[in-house]
Amino acid sequence: MNRATASADAFPVRVRRRKPLITPARLGLYAFLVSAALFFALPLFIMVITSLKTMDEIRTGTIFTLPMAFNLDPWIKAWDAACTGITCEGIKVGFWNSIRILIPSVALSVTLGALNGYALSFWKFRGANIAFALLMTGAFVPHQVYVFPMVQISAALGIFGTLHGIVLVHVIFGLPVMTLIFRNYYAGIPEEIFKAARVDGAGFWRIFLTIMLPMSTPIMIVAVIWQVTGIWNDFLFGLIFAGRDNLPMTVQLNNIVNSQFGEREYNVNMAATILTALVPLFVYFVSGKWFVRGIASGAVKG
Amino acid sequence: MLMRNLAAKIALTPMMIIVAVVYVGCILWTFRTSFTSSRVLPTYDFVGWDQYAALFRSTRWIVSLENMFIFGAAYILGCLIVGYLMAIFIDQRVRGENTLRTIYLYPHAMSFIVTGLIWQWMLNPTLGLQDFVRNLGWESFSFNWIVDRDLAIFTVAIAGIWHGSGFVMALLLAGLRGIDAEIWKVSKIDGIPAWRMYIQVILPILLPMVLTCVFLLSAQAVKSFDIVVAMTNGGPGIATEVPAKYVMDYLFERSNIGRATAAATVMLVMVISIAAPLLYLRSFRKERQSGAGK
Repeated sequence: MNRATASADAFPVRVRRRKPLITPARLGLYAFLVSAALFFALPLFIMVITSLKTMDEIRTGTIFTLPMAFNLDPWIKAWDAACTGITCEGIKVGFWNSIRILIPSVALSVTLGALNGYALSFWKFRGANIAFALLMTGAFVPHQVYVFPMVQISAALGIFGTLHGIVLVHVIFGLPVMTLIFRNYYAGIPEEIFKAARVDGAGFWRIFLTIMLPMSTPIMIVAVIWQVTGIWNDFLFGLIFAGRDNLPMTVQLNNIVNSQFGEREYNVNMAATILTALVPLFVYFVSGKWFVRGIASGAVKG
Repeated sequence: MLMRNLAAKIALTPMMIIVAVVYVGCILWTFRTSFTSSRVLPTYDFVGWDQYAALFRSTRWIVSLENMFIFGAAYILGCLIVGYLMAIFIDQRVRGENTLRTIYLYPHAMSFIVTGLIWQWMLNPTLGLQDFVRNLGWESFSFNWIVDRDLAIFTVAIAGIWHGSGFVMALLLAGLRGIDAEIWKVSKIDGIPAWRMYIQVILPILLPMVLTCVFLLSAQAVKSFDIVVAMTNGGPGIATEVPAKYVMDYLFERSNIGRATAAATVMLVMVISIAAPLLYLRSFRKERQSGAGK
């Protein structure tokens, strides 16, 4: 079961039979599928057209009215000059903060997850499985339970409200799922490969670096996609642990939209929202089935 | 034996420390703090169940709990029904399957902040969907749930369903594709209509996957925070407050650490009481299956 989720295609194609004819039932089927597609796609469409309108157009038209001209001013303002509280430097500040948080957090948590998964699959020793079971509780216990002690700990370490602090928090809370998906993947690798390497005298690190890691490309991709979208989309940890100078894009976005004074600029807000969604959307549309595999392997607990 | 595993033990040391300090230590720490009178700064006195008593006397907490259950029920049921229907309909050898799947799942790639802000705009009473329908000529049309105290929590659920249905669809579609096609031949011979098959035969087969979805969606429902902050920020009034937001507000804005940790502990208990029966059910099924195989 574990192996199937990690290596099989996410959607095995059913063997094709004769194409069905057009019947009322088929039309009803397509009517449902298309209306569902509209429900999911229209909000994004409305966001895009709203972001291209002027405020006058927004006030006089409806949300479905198309923009008169291809007006990029809201986008420029959202990126460069929108106000997040006191400063008005746009969402770009949040974008770069998110990048600075993302790169070390993803690299560290994926590496640590791979190492843990490998050690737990091939080097079983007493206590390891209990620790793993306890780690798994972290995948579903609400993070609010950890927040107060974590604030105290990171303050004691002197990293509360710093880049190091937020990266550490992302590594800690990414660890359950990362360890899980690597452990499941390595559990599917034949034990014989490991034993043969042992007979040849290879040790813990050599087997990991020269045999297991080169075989891990598919699960690496899944893990990186999972962490990139997860950390980019995080709001709670960024809000608490990143500190005023490192607030990630999601926090900045919420500040821009929900703490605006005076007239709300819906076009700028929508442009900022799309900008914030661009990274995960890009990952999603480029990675395709890998994203689905990630969902499947993260959903299979234990 | 000690030497053989030495490298592995060294490699697992960071994990062991994190498990001991965070996944065990922090939970115990929060639990202990919930029995103190801590306000701005933590103190380590002992006041018994005072914080819990105060918590359950607070209207805002009760409203938060109610909202969590209303939101959770609507969100989980909505995602399951919409997701299962989409999986079934996509599994009928339709054209454009890849495109449809991509469209159904993309909201799940986006953050709850983005999701909340999109729907805040869609449901804006003066410029959003309500205004659009009124402009079509239906002047009395009303869809202002987002500013309605009784209905606002359902708008959050709509946004949640928009975000999560594709996820259920993806899991259940993979499950449908794994079902033996023979079962459909048998049903044709017996003349059982497809809709009854999907409810009475296929659904029980997919039950483990449905339970996984219920488990993940309910864990999500309990910790929902971002989507509420982005969409309504708890308003109008306290109509869409949720427990996760209560903890955050009492921890940082109201500086009441004792109350916040008590609320967090109640959240933990709720998650355990959801998880325990589901995990038990699953291990029970597994045992029965492996027992039958012998």
